[in-house]
Amino acid sequence: MLRIKCPWCGVRDQTDFQFGGESHIARPETPEHASDAEWANYLYFRKNPKGLHYERWVHSYGCRQWFNIARDTLTHEIIEVYKMGEQPSTRSDTGKANKK
Amino acid sequence: MRSRVDNPARLSDGGLIDRNKPLQFSFNGVNYTGYEGDTLASALLANDIKLVARSFKYHRPRGVFTAGEEEPCALIEIGEGDARTPTSRAPMIPLVQGLITNSQNCWPSVNFDIGRVLDFTHIFWPAGFYNKTFKWPSWHTWENLIRKSTGLGQALTGPDPDHYEQVNAHCDLLICGGGPAGLLAARTAGRLGVRVMLVEQDQSFGGTLNWEQVQIEGKSGHSWSLNIIDELDSMKNVMLLPHTTVVGNYDHNVTTLLQTGQGTAWRECFWTVRPKKILLATGAIEQGLIFPNNDRPGIMLASAVRHYLNRYAVVPGRNVMVATNNDTAYQTVFDLARKQIAVSTVVDIRTEVSEEIRQGMADLGTALICGVRISDTRGTRGINKVSIESLDGKIMGSHQCDLLAVSGGWSPRLHLLAHARGKLRFEPASQSFLADTLPPGFTVTGSAAGCSKLTDTLTDAIRKTNNICSQLGFTGKHATAPVVDKDALGSTKTVTAPLNSGKHRQWIDLAHDVTLLDAELAVREGFVSVEHFKRFTTTGMSVDQGKTGNLNAIIALAALTGRETADIGTTTFRPPYVPVTLGAIAGGNLGEFYAPRRYLPAHTLHQQLNAHFADYDWQRPECYPRAGETVEDAVHREVLAVRQSVGIFDNSPIGKIEVRGTDAAEFLNRVYINNVLTLKPGRARYGLMLNENGVIIDDGVFVRLSENHFLVHTTSGAVSRIVAMMEEWLQCEWSHLRVLIDDITTQWANFTLAGPRAREVLNALGTDIDLSAKNLPHMAMASGSVAGLKARVARISFSGELSFEVSIPACTAQHFMQTSLNLGQAFGITPYGIETLMVLRTEKGYLHVGVDTDGSSTPDDIGWGHVARKKTTDYIGKRSLFRPANLAGDRKQLVGLEPLDSKQSIPVGGHLLPGTEQQVPVRTEGWVTSACYSPNLKRYIALAVLAGGRQRLDELLTVFDEDRRIAVKVVSPLFYDTENERLKD
Ligand SMILES: [Zn+2]
Repeated sequence: MLRIKCPWCGVRDQTDFQFGGESHIARPETPEHASDAEWANYLYFRKNPKGLHYERWVHSYGCRQWFNIARDTLTHEIIEVYKMGEQPSTRSDTGKANKK
Repeated sequence: MRSRVDNPARLSDGGLIDRNKPLQFSFNGVNYTGYEGDTLASALLANDIKLVARSFKYHRPRGVFTAGEEEPCALIEIGEGDARTPTSRAPMIPLVQGLITNSQNCWPSVNFDIGRVLDFTHIFWPAGFYNKTFKWPSWHTWENLIRKSTGLGQALTGPDPDHYEQVNAHCDLLICGGGPAGLLAARTAGRLGVRVMLVEQDQSFGGTLNWEQVQIEGKSGHSWSLNIIDELDSMKNVMLLPHTTVVGNYDHNVTTLLQTGQGTAWRECFWTVRPKKILLATGAIEQGLIFPNNDRPGIMLASAVRHYLNRYAVVPGRNVMVATNNDTAYQTVFDLARKQIAVSTVVDIRTEVSEEIRQGMADLGTALICGVRISDTRGTRGINKVSIESLDGKIMGSHQCDLLAVSGGWSPRLHLLAHARGKLRFEPASQSFLADTLPPGFTVTGSAAGCSKLTDTLTDAIRKTNNICSQLGFTGKHATAPVVDKDALGSTKTVTAPLNSGKHRQWIDLAHDVTLLDAELAVREGFVSVEHFKRFTTTGMSVDQGKTGNLNAIIALAALTGRETADIGTTTFRPPYVPVTLGAIAGGNLGEFYAPRRYLPAHTLHQQLNAHFADYDWQRPECYPRAGETVEDAVHREVLAVRQSVGIFDNSPIGKIEVRGTDAAEFLNRVYINNVLTLKPGRARYGLMLNENGVIIDDGVFVRLSENHFLVHTTSGAVSRIVAMMEEWLQCEWSHLRVLIDDITTQWANFTLAGPRAREVLNALGTDIDLSAKNLPHMAMASGSVAGLKARVARISFSGELSFEVSIPACTAQHFMQTSLNLGQAFGITPYGIETLMVLRTEKGYLHVGVDTDGSSTPDDIGWGHVARKKTTDYIGKRSLFRPANLAGDRKQLVGLEPLDSKQSIPVGGHLLPGTEQQVPVRTEGWVTSACYSPNLKRYIALAVLAGGRQRLDELLTVFDEDRRIAVKVVSPLFYDTENERLKD
């Protein structure tokens, strides 16, 4: 069970939260102009890396706020927690998690 | 009861038992005596009972093999009736007064077991045999027969009468193991103020100090440990958990413990601990040796012999032999000698032993034979003879004995490390696997870290604990290691005997009856990867998870495939470390406490009205049967009452979400497929919400209370997920919109007054709202007072009748409903339930999302395509509606069905076949989603989804349901009041 640090409430058990999938997926500005392929890419295609992954979670049974985390999918290490609308300071170069 | 000598195998003094407290227990119906401090295993051995169990597959006679949780053989059924616990490990069961115990997997008795025929025909039952042989006609044909003849205890059939608890805990340092290393670590950290949890699976702390004859700081190991326990007991920052096993380690070091109660109201307690650091002071497990017929009762680990001798004053045999590949087994010879029990012979696989040992054996008169191995053993119900041979197979005679103490070296207990994805490496010198890479937060100490001498263990524990304390920010005067005055023999120089491929069976896994023959077969068939080997032979897959056999299995696999043991690797240990009762995992979440029940605010009144309740997330009345009425009768009566006079329905669970803010209209315009911007204050609209895939996720009426203030109604079961969905869009995608949302579902109770006389009832209740059709038409809402209560009144109808939905504060629900029933009596008011509502809405073809729609339904499928297409601005899911699959002409569309024979009911879930003569199998064209008997139309009706359905009105179809065939006609889903005249007044 992961222990996740909500930016508003502090460290809580994973069972307090819900997973919202990969972060920073851009919704097409004008969906009606998106091709079927572009729309399908937005809806269904995700990175699924072995290593650093940016993803969003919601503190469902706490403050109900969404936020982002950078997590290593291999070790489950949570490298960074950052708010919605922010960019991560952790960057992936080699597929491994490197704290900047 | 037969006559017998009391405790014939018990020494007259010594041990950590309380001889003033005798305890009676029964084994296979015979009564025996033991003492407080005994385990079931020590008490059975004290009474000279050697044959205690039959093995899993071959029903071989088995005795006690170990003195701990690693026991593979002495698996006993404890207790009676539904409080029975099958497959309990005898060394882990503390003896208590009146304990009832029985052998399992044997018939008619453990001493004469018919199933033994499986052993005499073992040649037909090799590894992989079941999978290969019982294929025709299928495994299931044979499964029952096979399951009866193999296995362990009998599963319980009734509910578990025991009570279980669960606890959550936090600490700085979780120490797993309360032996010398764990105790010293706890004292060191405890003195510095660290919050420590010290967990020990035995009923007593002390570990090896309870049975190895050592001296520390001038005291016996046992009394040294008692001093530490006293000190720890007095520390408020140290929690002591004896009789508790660490069973699993999970992500971020969340760790679970299983605590066994004794004299408590609960039987077991399941702990979830979130420690900052974990110290494994878990010790090591002695391994067996592989030789022909190495499974007989009376063959026991050498350390277990010392354990029974020194801790319980029990002598498991009088004529003892020892077989070993390392030094520690000689300690058993010295300890037995001190109790005047001579060991006749020691057989050592190694060609050389130290001069100290050679001299020690000579002084005791024990024959020491080096460079040999055991070639066979004899004795059905207990060992009586051992034959030995040279390592190249030359027969070297045989010896009488009634106890054979074996030692195949030591394997550190690193299972928890493996749970946390730590890596192990093989060390050839000790022939064991040690920790290689440690997971974050983990430290390993003592014999778990490969220390073989007590001095090394204590020094290692002090050094590593000081290090952990510093990391945790606790500094101070660090302790130094205590001086060991007298140590036991360490585990040095282990070697492995070459495998002896003879015709006799040699067990590599006692618990699962896996022999070297099975291992050889696995290798011949190509299962040479350790993970494949494990699954083919089932080595290590019994309740003990191969604690005394896995190392031997890996070494055997290396030898059989000509590889280095280090290259074989290990299989992955997974939680739980020991078997965990399902009751402990469930805890108190059983029956009524499995999930909370939600009651309507007027629940008591519904009970008084004889409501027939059902669980719809809320406990809701389905209908209100009168004396002599069935549920069906009541529903028909209530339906007619609503259509003919007036009914009252408790609609309180309907989802109510307030949406406010300067961008509230803009936000909802993106959430609904409908145009929200044009809705006027005080007016309501029926809307559909989609997900981004274009699939309908909910429907309901939304109301514009004022310019920037909306009330969104959702399906009663959907409110939480719709609120969550709205929050996600607002926080993650449209954070610039100024909108607040608030779930007010439980703040307001809601009652529907429906029927031609509804307005009269509402007027009789007294209201300041003008209820005329002109002021409050269908799909309008007004605020005011009703029956003296603050109220919101909406003209919304899910029945097709003139209908007022009255929302009042939840605390006034009971009062409102009672008053309505009293004052409505004059108008024939009838309370109706949700089953009745389902008939009313089906008559009108009003769909129920999740019933008449599924995870593929789009607005067009249910006849709302024109609305979805007309709206020019974007909304959630709109783009997906134009994907090719959503534009296809043969999509399933909502239609009505009527049976050709009006007396025939239509089964929900029945499939639609074209025409009335179609034979099966054929591809289905759709299915029935809702169906009922319409008391107004006096026939059965149904809603269904049908491929291209709207173009197929009047077509004849067959509803196919298992063997039933019902001829139906496709009709419009609107069955009753097709012009909606009844909503207009
Ligand atoms: Zn939070």
